[in-house]
Order: sequence, then structure tokens, then C-alpha cells
Amino acid sequence: MNARAEAPRRHRQSAGVQLILDFLQRLPPYRWTQARLVRWGLTGRTLVTAVPYFWLLLFFLVPFIIVLKISFAEARIGIPPYSPLLNWVDGSLAQIRLNFATFQNMIQDSLYWKAYLNSIKVAAVSTLFCLLIGYPMAYAIARAQSTWRHILLMMVILPFWTSFLLRVYAWIGILKNNGLINNFLMWTGLIEQPIVMLQTDFAIYVGIVYSYLPFMILPLYSNLEKMDLTLLEAAADLGAKPFKTFLTITLPLSMPGIVAGSMLVFIPAVGEFVIPELLGPSDSLMIGKVLWQVFFTKRDWPAACAVAIALLLLLVIPIVMLQRAQAAEARGAHR
Amino acid sequence: MATNARPQQQLAVWNDPQAVPYVHIDRVTKKFGDFVAVNNVSLKIYKKELFCLLGGSGCGKTTLLRMLAGFEEPTSGKIFIDGVDMTNIPPYERPVNMMFQSYALFPHMTVEQNVAFGLKQDGVAKHEIRTRVDDMLKLVRLQQFAQRKPHQLSGGQRQRVALARSLVKRPKLLLLDEPLGALDKKLREHTQFELVNLQEQLGVTFVVVTHDQEEAMTLSTRIGVMNAGEIIQVGTPKDIYEYPNSKFVAEFIGNVNMFEGRLIEDEPDHVRIDSAELGGTIFVDHGVSSAPDAVVAAAIRPEKIIISLERPEQADNVAQGIVKEIAYLGDMSVYLVQLASGKVVRITQPNTYRHAEASITWDQTVYLSWHASSPVVLSE
Repeated sequence: MNARAEAPRRHRQSAGVQLILDFLQRLPPYRWTQARLVRWGLTGRTLVTAVPYFWLLLFFLVPFIIVLKISFAEARIGIPPYSPLLNWVDGSLAQIRLNFATFQNMIQDSLYWKAYLNSIKVAAVSTLFCLLIGYPMAYAIARAQSTWRHILLMMVILPFWTSFLLRVYAWIGILKNNGLINNFLMWTGLIEQPIVMLQTDFAIYVGIVYSYLPFMILPLYSNLEKMDLTLLEAAADLGAKPFKTFLTITLPLSMPGIVAGSMLVFIPAVGEFVIPELLGPSDSLMIGKVLWQVFFTKRDWPAACAVAIALLLLLVIPIVMLQRAQAAEARGAHR
Repeated sequence: MATNARPQQQLAVWNDPQAVPYVHIDRVTKKFGDFVAVNNVSLKIYKKELFCLLGGSGCGKTTLLRMLAGFEEPTSGKIFIDGVDMTNIPPYERPVNMMFQSYALFPHMTVEQNVAFGLKQDGVAKHEIRTRVDDMLKLVRLQQFAQRKPHQLSGGQRQRVALARSLVKRPKLLLLDEPLGALDKKLREHTQFELVNLQEQLGVTFVVVTHDQEEAMTLSTRIGVMNAGEIIQVGTPKDIYEYPNSKFVAEFIGNVNMFEGRLIEDEPDHVRIDSAELGGTIFVDHGVSSAPDAVVAAAIRPEKIIISLERPEQADNVAQGIVKEIAYLGDMSVYLVQLASGKVVRITQPNTYRHAEASITWDQTVYLSWHASSPVVLSE
């Protein structure tokens, strides 16, 4: 009886397909399976939504648990290079050995703290620059004529067609001592000695801002493009000069775009490894680099896992707070 | 039919050649590329008027309004407000406020903040902003909603916030773009009268854009009927309804029966038209200026035609026909009567008595007649 209630809605299909479907639905295995699934609470809708959950479970939660597990193990020489958490004796659980020493080390060792703080600083400053550069660009694209809009958007997305790594390498050629910029400046006679740009923090910022700018522009664009322009006319009509209108109307209304763009830049920038490795100074303290060194140079898997877990927590807390704030706002919006 | 909400204005300022217009639109043309949205429009609107720009969609009425607000610049021609040339004066410096069709309330601000916005831009002192916003919210009866956001309000409440916001700066001229368009019928009728009261109370000059002729009739002191970027006729609601100057206006405002015919008698005090469509002659008790033998149209409103079962004793202004449709609308009935020429005439009769004689029924032969003052002779 449930089966009938949950029968899929019939869409317009060619007669042949419909005939086959009708036939299949009458077959006992179909009805039996459907009845079983419904009894377990698995309707068509839950099955469809289950797909992304299953994906996240398989490729996010399971690896996360493995990493979490390793972070509580002890490093040792062997394969795998860490001790097991659970000891089994005669098929029953003998002991659980949780090793908190790795986390203790991490808290005591100022190297990690400095790396985290520096990563956050670099990511925050880069995000700010992305916002300062990306906002006017997104604004200009959103207000451009519709024929131009698509071309401009395309140009923002175009760099993605080249490998990220290649684009970072290209910056080496631009920034190095006998690179494009220095050669040009020396040719014009503005400088006599090349300016050292490569392998400085400046190069890291340039690399991150350049690489992540599209992630700032796209959400901002989609927000600004949807904005009701009569609101701006209304503000002007009520006596607000253009800049005041921007501050009081456009900026507050584009806040969701600013937040989304900033998150999309800030989060990957914190864990960035390639850019500081290729463009930054060799002693640059970024958590991504530290992680790589601990993992590959020191071959200390538990420590590396602990660094990763700490990084995750560091990023999850602001995201959860943000989501709560947005949910509260959404509740307010629909009261 | 629509009734005018305001008492008959005795002193018609627009008939006084000495009067100085508050808004003077002087030969204004607006083109968008090749498209002429507003074509050589000249208009004079006087202080404390409630002027309606009436027309179908795309007739240029909104463009004209937007030029008054300063959102569009005329391609040629000038606009003067209170004697000042508005060319190159941006919207934020004009002594004008606008109520938008979509209301354009700022969604991130409360009702109070929305209303206070304009005053803040002018640097009005905080305590004064507070009292003026309070007064305005009281006027539109929204005090208890001051802390709500626009999305927490109903359509009618939003409309009143928009009105309060555009009135709080005490503009000399208020522009309203389809102010009642988003409201349902009952609320609209109610709000029409409120708007007129408010306008008279505050003494503000209103320019209203609408496509709804009933709304225009109810609200305005004068109506400007627009079509294809041009002003076709300007006049009081009564002028426009009773003395349309063209077939377009006659047909646009209310319903009308149009009889084509030839002028056979053209005297200063009367004319007679021979109409094949009618199958008879139309006698009009006022003169018209037209060439003899010209082909003209006589427009007669449905409510001015009397329907009867016996032939009235008059030679002119009579027609015979067969009842094709009867629609009972409660307050009145509509009859569609087909003449011998095939022309269908629309007649409306008020249902004065509850048991209005069901004497006239379908497929019955009836006589139509009207007074000699009723037809309007139109040549274009």
C-alpha cells in the first residue's frame, strides 16, 4: 500500500519508454524492492539527497577519521610509520593507546604557533587585497553592458584554463632579479640595481592575490549583478550623493558577497603551500609548508596529522560561527 | 464608473493665463537610440495640482516622470521646476521626491531608518529627524511597525512606508510611479482617497503616472493622456471623459460607441451626420469646426443611450436593433445590441429598482435613443 503512495510521478515520456516503465513497475522485484526501501524510510527523495551525503562520507569523513586516528598515534620507524591505536589480543580489544604527546608538543613548540599566526596574517592581508582589487572589478563587470559583461567574466575565468602551477611559475619570470619588471625598470633608467622581489613576503602576497582573485570576484559579481538598481535611484532621489549611496546601500547589501568571497580566498590561502614554496623566502613560516616538511622531511606522520587537524579546527570555528550568523539572519528574514 | 474624490475645483488655475506654472516641461524630447520615448512634450503643472500622466505601457509616461526626477536627461528641451532650469542638476539636488512603482524600500533598514534616510542626507539634527519620522509614521498609521524590516510588512504597509519616505522631506513636488499598482482592488480604492486627502492636507504638488484610467479619474485635478510619446489631451477628468478631442482619447477613457458618418448639415449651433453604420442621422446640438461633407465619427458613451421597447418620438438619434447579450453586473446591466448594419452598440443602464423589469430579453427588438447633447463629433 505504501508502494502506491510513493509511486514516482509520471513525466511526459515517449510512449515506448512509458510502456516499458509501466511494465517494470508491475514486476514483483520492483514492487518488492520499493516496499522494502519505503519501510526503511528510503523514498526517492531521501535516496537522491543521500548521494552527496555519501560522497562527503566517503571522501571527507572517512579520510578525516583516518587523519584524526594517526594524529593520536606514536611515530615509529616501519610501515606504516606510526603505532596502532587499538591493540587486539586474541580477537578482543586489549587496550586503546591514545598519544596526546604530539598535540602537547605542538602547543609547546612556538614554531607551530608562529606558523599558524603567520599563515593567518598572510591569508588575511591577501584577502583584504583581493577584496580591495576584486570589488571594483566585480562592480564594473556587474554594471557593464550585457554584451561586455560576458566577455569580462570570461576574462576573469580564463586563467583557470592554464595550470595553477604554471601560472605561479610564470610569476618567477616576472619577479626575479633579471625578470620582466626589473628589466623594464632598469631599461627606463628608474633604477640602477634590480629590486629583490622574488623570495620575499611581497612575492607571496602577489602570488596569492593573483591566484585567488577570481574567487573573490565571482561571488561579488553574482551579488552585485542581482542588486535592484532602483534602490540606488531611490537613495539619490532622497538626497544621497553617489559615494554616500555606495556606502549606505550598495556596500551593506553586498555583504553576503563580500563574506562569501572572503571565505573562498581566506580558507585555501591559510593552508597554501605551493605559492610560498615557489615564490617566498625559504624560511617563510606558513603552516602549509610546515606540514609538508613534517610529513616528508621529518617523516613524522602523527605530528603532520596533528598539524592538519589543528588547521581544520582553526578554519571550522569561524565557518560555523559565520553559518550560525547567516542562519539567524535568514530566520529573521522570514519571520 | 469612477467618481472623482475631490470636490469640483472652482478656481481653475490652469485656465488663468497669468498663473506661473510650478513645473514647466518645455518641448522635451527623449530618444533611446532610434526610439523616441517622449516626443516634443510641453506641459505646465501648477502648485498643489494632482496631475496624472495616463497612458498604456510604453507610451513614455514613466520616461517623462524619470526626467522630472533627474534619472534621465532630455535629449532636447528643458524642464523648469519652480522656475529653475533642471538641466544638469542631479537627482540628489532636485527639490523633488519620487515614490517608485516597486517602492524601492531599502531591505536592510527598518521602516524607521527607511523614512529617516532622506533627512539624514540633509544633515537634519537627530532629535528633529526623530520627531519628523514619528509624525510621518503617525500620518500613514505605521507607528507600531517602526522597527520592522520591509519584508515583514504587507503590500499595503510597504506602500505607506514608501509614501512616508518620499513625503518626509516635505518636497514641493512628489512624483508617483503607479503608486497603487501593486495593491488589490479594495485596498486600492481605499488608498486612492487617502492619497488625495494627504495631498490636500500637505499642499504638495503630485505628478502621478498610471495606466489605470479609473485611478486617474479618481485622483487627479487634471489628466494628461499620452500615446506614443506624445501628449494627446490635457484636461480635467470631466473634460477628458465628456469632451475627448480624438478617437484615441474617447476609446482609451471608458467605453464608447463610435459611429462613422458624413456631415450633411454644418451650422454654428448644430450639425447633422448621416451614418450608414447607424442606419439613420445623428443630430448634435453644438457646432463643430470641420469641412462640409467630411467623414467624422460621433462618439456616444454607453450610459448616455436609452434603451426602450417602443420607438421614441424623434426623427434623429434613434436606432433599431436586436439584443445580443445582457450582462448583469449588480449595480448596472450591460446590453449589447446589434444594428441592421451589423454594428454592435454597448449600452449600460443602472439597476435602479431591485426587480428591474426583465422586460428586455435576448433577441428582442429594441430602440436606442439619446439626447442631442450626448454625441461628441471627432474628426481624427
